[in-house]
Amino acid sequence: MLHYLIKRTLILLATLIVASLVVFITIEVVPGDPASYMLGLNAQEDTVAALRAELGLDKSRVARYFSWVGGLVTGDFGTSYTYRTPVADMIRDRMWISLPLAVFALLLSTLIAFPAGVFAASRRGGITDTTVMGLTQLGVAIPNFWFAMLLVLLFAIKLTWFSAGGFAGWDAGFFAAMKSLTLPAIALALPQASILTRVMRSSLLDVMNEDFMRTARAKGLSRRQALWKHALRNAMVPVLTIIGLQFSFLLAGAIIIENVFFLPGLGRLIFQSIASRDLIVVESVVMLLVLAVVLVTFAVDLAYAWVDPRLRSSR
Amino acid sequence: MKLRSLLPGAVLVLLFFSSALISYIWTPFDVTLIDIKSRFLAPDATHWLGTDHFGRDMLSMLMVGARTSIAVAFVAVGIGMLFGVPLGLAAAAHRGKFLDEAIMRGNDLVFAFPALLIAIMITAVYGPGALNAIIAIGIFNIPVFARLSRGAALSLWKRDFILAARAAGKGITRISFEHILPNITNLLIVQGTIQFSLGILAEAGLSFVGLGAQPPIPSWGRMLADSQTLIYTEPQLALFPGLAILLTVLGLNLLGDGLRDWLDPRLRRER
Amino acid sequence: MKKIQLSRAIFLALFVAGSAQAAKTDVTIGMQLEPPNLDPTGGAAAAIDEVVYANVYEGLTRFGPDGSVRPALAKTWEISADGMTYTFSLQEGVAFHNGSSFDADDVKFSIDRAMAEDSTNAQKQLFANIESVENVDGDVVIKLKAADGNLLFNLAWGDAVIVAPEAVENLATAPVGTGPFQFKNWVQGDQVVLEKNPDYWGEPVKLDMATFKFISEPTAAFAAMMAGDLDAFPNYPAPENLAQLEADPRFSVVLGSTEGETILSTNNKQAPLDNVLVRQAIAHAIDRTAIIDGAMYGYGTPIGTHFAPHNPAYVDLTANSNYDPEKSKALLKAAGLPDGFTTTLKLPPPAYARRGGEIIASQLRAVGINVEVSNLEWAQWIEQVFKGKDFGLTIVSHTEPMDIGIYAKPDYYFQYDNAALQAMMKSFNEETDTDKRTGILQEAQQIISADYVNGYLFQLAKTGVASSKLKGLWQNSPTQANDLTGVYWED
Repeated sequence: MLHYLIKRTLILLATLIVASLVVFITIEVVPGDPASYMLGLNAQEDTVAALRAELGLDKSRVARYFSWVGGLVTGDFGTSYTYRTPVADMIRDRMWISLPLAVFALLLSTLIAFPAGVFAASRRGGITDTTVMGLTQLGVAIPNFWFAMLLVLLFAIKLTWFSAGGFAGWDAGFFAAMKSLTLPAIALALPQASILTRVMRSSLLDVMNEDFMRTARAKGLSRRQALWKHALRNAMVPVLTIIGLQFSFLLAGAIIIENVFFLPGLGRLIFQSIASRDLIVVESVVMLLVLAVVLVTFAVDLAYAWVDPRLRSSR
Repeated sequence: MKLRSLLPGAVLVLLFFSSALISYIWTPFDVTLIDIKSRFLAPDATHWLGTDHFGRDMLSMLMVGARTSIAVAFVAVGIGMLFGVPLGLAAAAHRGKFLDEAIMRGNDLVFAFPALLIAIMITAVYGPGALNAIIAIGIFNIPVFARLSRGAALSLWKRDFILAARAAGKGITRISFEHILPNITNLLIVQGTIQFSLGILAEAGLSFVGLGAQPPIPSWGRMLADSQTLIYTEPQLALFPGLAILLTVLGLNLLGDGLRDWLDPRLRRER
Repeated sequence: MKKIQLSRAIFLALFVAGSAQAAKTDVTIGMQLEPPNLDPTGGAAAAIDEVVYANVYEGLTRFGPDGSVRPALAKTWEISADGMTYTFSLQEGVAFHNGSSFDADDVKFSIDRAMAEDSTNAQKQLFANIESVENVDGDVVIKLKAADGNLLFNLAWGDAVIVAPEAVENLATAPVGTGPFQFKNWVQGDQVVLEKNPDYWGEPVKLDMATFKFISEPTAAFAAMMAGDLDAFPNYPAPENLAQLEADPRFSVVLGSTEGETILSTNNKQAPLDNVLVRQAIAHAIDRTAIIDGAMYGYGTPIGTHFAPHNPAYVDLTANSNYDPEKSKALLKAAGLPDGFTTTLKLPPPAYARRGGEIIASQLRAVGINVEVSNLEWAQWIEQVFKGKDFGLTIVSHTEPMDIGIYAKPDYYFQYDNAALQAMMKSFNEETDTDKRTGILQEAQQIISADYVNGYLFQLAKTGVASSKLKGLWQNSPTQANDLTGVYWED
């Protein structure tokens, strides 16, 4: 196990280093100079050059790469070109929207998917099952940003229960803040809940076919009793894996939803920064999201290896 | 059981594919013609689905939009298969060796980038457009097919008929293409259908944020984006393009499920 | 019984007192773009001035709501007979928000800083004609390199405001000026809050607090207005919703003018656009009414040249480029292009460009001109179009006041090179007689209109939405600012 752990950790580090190179090189070739963008149409050449020097853009690419990576490791993400404030502060502020939103959506998705999946599995083939499965087909197929627009249409415009977008801010109180995250979280959660329901159901059904379940049933437990007592726990591994993956997806995948609801989260930060060629912010946010994905995958892999020792050698 | 999803899926897919094809030779109205005076018309006998903010016929826009979505998703999935399948087969053939490790680590690397981020980065560099949307979605499809074909191929390599082929002196590349590939085709078709539907969703998402096909080429995602500021006054403009996406993706998913059950009886376990 | 009356009296007293105090003293203003920083002397973004101009920072002179130049930190000034030396006497008792007092040295520091070699001032050319700035017995003496009728106008720009020397390091995030409001805080991506400066030297403002909230999406702007989150949106970004807001008694919609000439900029050096017949053909292929209706929902004034219609010197030349597709086709034939041609149309992000671009593309297609539309972010637009001059057509609103002078710069991005016009603008800059200046401006308008340098579309309207009880906001936009000094709530 220790050998496996070391190997996986090294791979993790290598992935991150390669990813940082890919990110840096990709973003560096993005056309458009942040300095001339900031100074606008009437700026003189020497003014632009002065600003480039001030921002450190006149240094060589290699030097910039190492100072960027060095900063990332020590938690110093550099200074935003446009806002002139530490990138780390900006990311932290945005995180306070994106992270709660992802957690909220994941919670909703799990709260919907667990009962729905169990329900469908325990009534396999029945009307309930068919209905739930049909709904999940819809849930998987619906574009979440369109679903978001429909939510706005119904709950913000027709019923005026929620505002059509924007973030109240944590200063406005926990409930006000959560209220402005509710519609976005629902929009994000629906497709995830549909996927999770399907995984939940099929992994329960898989477990039900296993020998120990047959034994349990032979001992006189009803189908439903067997499901609750034995199957649920054993079906959790694939479900938790999916939840883990969904979390990193939600963190990064909220970009479009943040746009629909005008939430100043990480996704909007990326869009704005690309538009204003605030390269250092783009690089750092992308790297952060990559890190989140890689770490979750790492954790899932380790969990698997722990559960199933055979996997340690096969990868 | 199988007909239950195969048939409606096939019908939906056929509907959108045929309207995309028909749009090449005929649409009710010219979608490049802007007529401000007849904007926001409600659906009637002339304009079945009404007109948009530029006075263009919504039905015609949806038909041409279908071809944008389908073309982008189709080519993107093609790219994913073209690169992903050989990589997966090669990795399986060299199981445990350096090549396998390198390919799988490369896969992990691509997977580490959320798909949308890849797309945003590519369009930031090369500018928005249908071609770059194709590349972005395509890149994300490569590891999907690589993993799938590697996994399926690995189990095949242990089978007797492969061992027999090896004993007959066939090289691993030849075995991969002559014996392994035909045996995973069904799997690829099923996964291809699912990736196709994901591709349509991704294209819509990219167009929605302005990174997909550019005007004057109609696309469903951009129609939705255009309708966003009008949702208070003209909500119907947001309804039709969304429904089109939903139904196409739904059709493809149903078709994929149906195909899986039909093509691979072993999987036809009650799920 | 008495008790009841007493309580009623108390109730009434409370109620009346309460309603008397109910007049709000804070205001929340919506803006579409967030300023990247809050230093008007270190960035070009209009959003910077829209927050700080006249509120936080003041210059020697300033623009009034009608665009006229008025005294600000300079109380009075004298101009020497040869027009080469300006002597400004300053307001007294002025202090910066950090408590340090303001004097002529601060003026010298600020202008020298803007002119300096390593200056990052976006409008450095405003100061190009200044020879020196000196503190002479507490007055500011500015010596010029050549006589210039524009100095007072130039000093009124947001880029020429006076900053506190000891605070320049952090101006981007913590502005320190002399204005009636001082900076309170900035929640990036959301809002900037200003509060009343209790020690302001001039007439105190009526508001205690002003919040600028940044809402980039038109839909969100509408939602925020309707929800009452905003008291005003002076440059409301979604003309498609204005009719609905106007119908609501809570709001008043104020239409005004801006300095934004929205034009179909044409690369005058790129074939076949270098042919005046081709440019004329484009001009006649464009239906301005459809563009103003389709892109701006009717808000905008057609223009036929590069000049603001509300300016007294404006000449209406829209007839030069009336909508006439048949004439357009004939002109293309005369230019040797009977089958039309293909060119590029590169569009920056604003709705006027994106929506207008789609309409123009369709109109040009109707006469046989095929345009390849591409949507660019501003940074790309500056790189490709403005600096790289790699474009055929583009749509952009030139929002600087009185900017017809750009036609005298042959290397400006649309590359119009006309020696006669260049000579004319040179004489304009040296001319001090108002009538003669007007004459020159009018002649210049005729020349660029007759040369079809660019496609002249419309003057951008200022579409402001405000709570109907909020008074004192600028109706027009002579410069990009949200001057809150005269804003108050009506009871």
